[in-house]
Amino acid sequence: MNARYLGRKVLLLVPVLFAVSALSFLLLNLLPGDPAIAILGPSATEQSVAALRHDLDLDQPLPVRYVRWMGHTVTGDLGRSYVSNQPTVEAVRQRLPVTLELLLLSQLLALALAIPLALLAASKPNGLLDRASTSTAFAFLAIPNFMLGVLLIYLFAVRVHLFPATGYTPFHDHPIENLRAMALPAVTLGVAELAVYLRLLRSDLIATLQQDYITMAQAKGMSRNHILLRHALRPSAFSLVTAAGLNLGRLIGGAFVVEYLFALPGIGSLTVESIFKRDYIVVQGTVLLVAVGYVLANFAVDVLYGVLDPRVRHARATA
Amino acid sequence: MKPVLLDVAGLSTTFPTGRGPLIALDDVSLSLDRGRTLGLVGESGSGKTVLARSIMGLLPAHAHRQGHVWFEGQDLAALSPRDLRDIWGREIAMVFQDPMTSLNPVMKVGRQITESLRHHLRMGKDEARTAAVDLLDSVGIPEPKRRADEYPHQLSGGMRQRVTIAIALACWPKLLLADEPTTALDVTVQSQILDLLQAKQAERSMAMILVTHDLGVVAGRTNEIAVMYAGRIVERADTATLFAETRMPYTESLLASIPRVERPSHTRLQAIAGRPPDLVTRPGGCRFAPRCPYAQPRCAEEEPPLLPAPTPGHTFACWYPVGTPAGDEALARNTASNEASNKAADRAADGR
Ligand SMILES: Nc1ncnc2c1ncn2[C@@H]1O[C@H](COP(=O)(O)OP(=O)(O)O)[C@@H](O)[C@H]1O
Ligand code: SF4
Ligand SMILES: [Mg+2]
Repeated sequence: MNARYLGRKVLLLVPVLFAVSALSFLLLNLLPGDPAIAILGPSATEQSVAALRHDLDLDQPLPVRYVRWMGHTVTGDLGRSYVSNQPTVEAVRQRLPVTLELLLLSQLLALALAIPLALLAASKPNGLLDRASTSTAFAFLAIPNFMLGVLLIYLFAVRVHLFPATGYTPFHDHPIENLRAMALPAVTLGVAELAVYLRLLRSDLIATLQQDYITMAQAKGMSRNHILLRHALRPSAFSLVTAAGLNLGRLIGGAFVVEYLFALPGIGSLTVESIFKRDYIVVQGTVLLVAVGYVLANFAVDVLYGVLDPRVRHARATA
Repeated sequence: MKPVLLDVAGLSTTFPTGRGPLIALDDVSLSLDRGRTLGLVGESGSGKTVLARSIMGLLPAHAHRQGHVWFEGQDLAALSPRDLRDIWGREIAMVFQDPMTSLNPVMKVGRQITESLRHHLRMGKDEARTAAVDLLDSVGIPEPKRRADEYPHQLSGGMRQRVTIAIALACWPKLLLADEPTTALDVTVQSQILDLLQAKQAERSMAMILVTHDLGVVAGRTNEIAVMYAGRIVERADTATLFAETRMPYTESLLASIPRVERPSHTRLQAIAGRPPDLVTRPGGCRFAPRCPYAQPRCAEEEPPLLPAPTPGHTFACWYPVGTPAGDEALARNTASNEASNKAADRAADGR
C-alpha cells in the first residue's frame, strides 16, 4: 500500500468527519422548542430548566456552543445522561462491544457463506446449485429482519432448546455462552446480507469469467479452482466491497431491531431506550458514534479498492 | 518414424444460435511439422480464431466440435479437460490478439509468468522468479527485474504483448498459436513483435501458427500459408508458391489489398467488395461466388473441393482458377458481359 495514496485519503476524511459532527451537534438543536424543556419534560421547575440551559451552554450563541461541544467531544467527553447521571462515554463503552460483535459476526457469517457459494454458482451458471442458491437468496431477502428473528427464536430457542431466546453473556466471562447468545441474532442480521453478497459476487464473477485474461489463464493450463480463486475472485470483489461498506448504514438499523428483539445490551438498545427516556444527550452521543463509524467504514472500503486494484492505487496517487 | 507434430483432420465447429447452428469451421484439415511455421490468413470472421481455439480445445461450453486433432500422435479431441490442461501452456501455447485485455490487471507481471512455471515445471518460488526475469529479458523488456513487480497497466501495449509472449514461451511449448498478435498494436511496434516471434520460433525450432487478416504480415515470415474463407481453408501452399502461383480468386483479392511500401501513400487499396456469407443461412455452391470476379453459373451450384495443384503441397478450391485457361476465360466472359451491361446502362441514360 502506497503511503501517498493513504495520506490523501486521510486528508479527505477530515472535512467529512467535521460535517458529520456538526450534524450530530445540530440534532439536539433541532428539537422543537427549548431543548432543556424537551429533556427535562413539561413538569420541570423553572430553576432546573435554567440550570440545564446553563449546563448545556444554551444561553450562548450557536457557534460558541458548537466550538465548546467540539472541544469536549475531541477530548472524549460526550456529556452525561440526565436520567442516570452516567457519562455518555461510559454507557457507550459498556454497550459498544456487544454491537461490534453482532456486526462482525453477522458480516463474517454472510461473507464466509457468500464467497464459496458465489464461486460455486458462478463456475456453473444456471446449474442446479446456482438456481437453488438464487431462489433461496431471494426468499431470504424478502423476509424482514424481525420476522426472521421471531421465526428463529421459535424454532431454535422455543421448540428445540439449542440457543437462548434472549440475554447476553460477555465474551470474556464465558466465550461459549457468549457465542450461543449471539448465534441467532447474528444469523438474523446476516442472512439478508448473505443474499445480497451472494448475488453481487456471483454476477461479477460470471462477468469476470468472460474476460480474455481468464481464457488466457485457461490456455496456460491453470486448473479451474486456481482460475476462480487466483484470477477471478479479486477483480470481481468491487461490488461486494462497495455493498459491504454502504450496507453498514442499513446493517446498523437492522442491529437496532435485532438487539431490541433479542434483548442484547448494545448501542442500538441504548439508543432506543434513551429515546424513550428523552435522554437526548446520550442519543446525541450514539448518533455521533454511528455516523463516525459509518464514515470510517467507507474510508476502509476506499482503501480496500486500492488494495484490490493496483490501477486505482496508481491513478489516485498521481491524480 | 515419429508422427507429425500437428495433424488436424475434418475439424468442424458449430455454435448454436437463436437462428440455427452457426458453422464457424467446416471440415478443416491441415498438418504442420516440428519447427515449421504456418500463416493462417483470412478476413475478419473467416474462422481463424475458432480454428486456433478448436485445435487447442479451448472453446466455450456451448460450442460443438467434431473431427480429430492429432498432436504427436495423440488425439486432443479425445482427451479429458484434465489431461488437456497438461498440454495447454506446456505443449501448446497461445498468444492472444489484445494484450490490453489478455493480462490479468490485478496480478503482477512476474506472477503471471511464474504460475505456469510452478504449475507445469514444478519449479520452486525463487527458481521460477529467476526464470521469469530471464524470460522477460529474453523478449526484450528492459529492466526485467523491476518490470516483474509491475502491473500490466504500467506497461505500454507493445511491452504487454512481449509479456504475453514470455508467458507463452515459459514452458518451452512445441507449438505456438499466435492469434493476430499485432492487430491491436501501434503500427510502429507491429513489426518488432513479429520479429520477436520469428526470432523465438527459430531459436527454439518451435512450430508456429501465425494468424492474421493481412497477407502482408506473413509474406516473408512463414514457411507456408493457409487462406481461410467462411470457415474453410480455400488455398494452401508454401509461401513462395502461394504468391507466385495464386489459384484461388479470394487469395488474389487478398493480395490486391496488401498495403505496399513502394506504392505511393495515396494509392487506394483495393478492398474486397461485398461481405462474407452469413454462416447460419449460407447457400450451397462456392462460398466466395457472390463476390468473385471469376464466378460462373456452376459456382453457385457446386462447392469446389480442396484439390492438389501440380506443385507439391499446393491445394486450392476453385472451378475457374486464376492463371489457368479456364480462369482466364471465365474472367474475360465476366468482363465482357459487365462492359455490355454498362454500355446498355449508358445508352439508357443517354436516351433519356
Ligand atoms: N462463441 C461464439 N458464439 C457464436 N459464434 C461465434 C463464437 N465465436 C465465434 N463465432 C462466430 O464464428 C465465426 C468466426 O469467428 P472468428 O473465428 O472469431 O473469426 P476470425 O478470427 O477469423 O475473425 C464468426 O461468424 C463469429 O461470429
Ligand atoms: S469456384 Fe467460382 S466463385 Fe468460387 S472462387 Fe472459384 S471461380 Fe470464384
Ligand atoms: Mg480472430
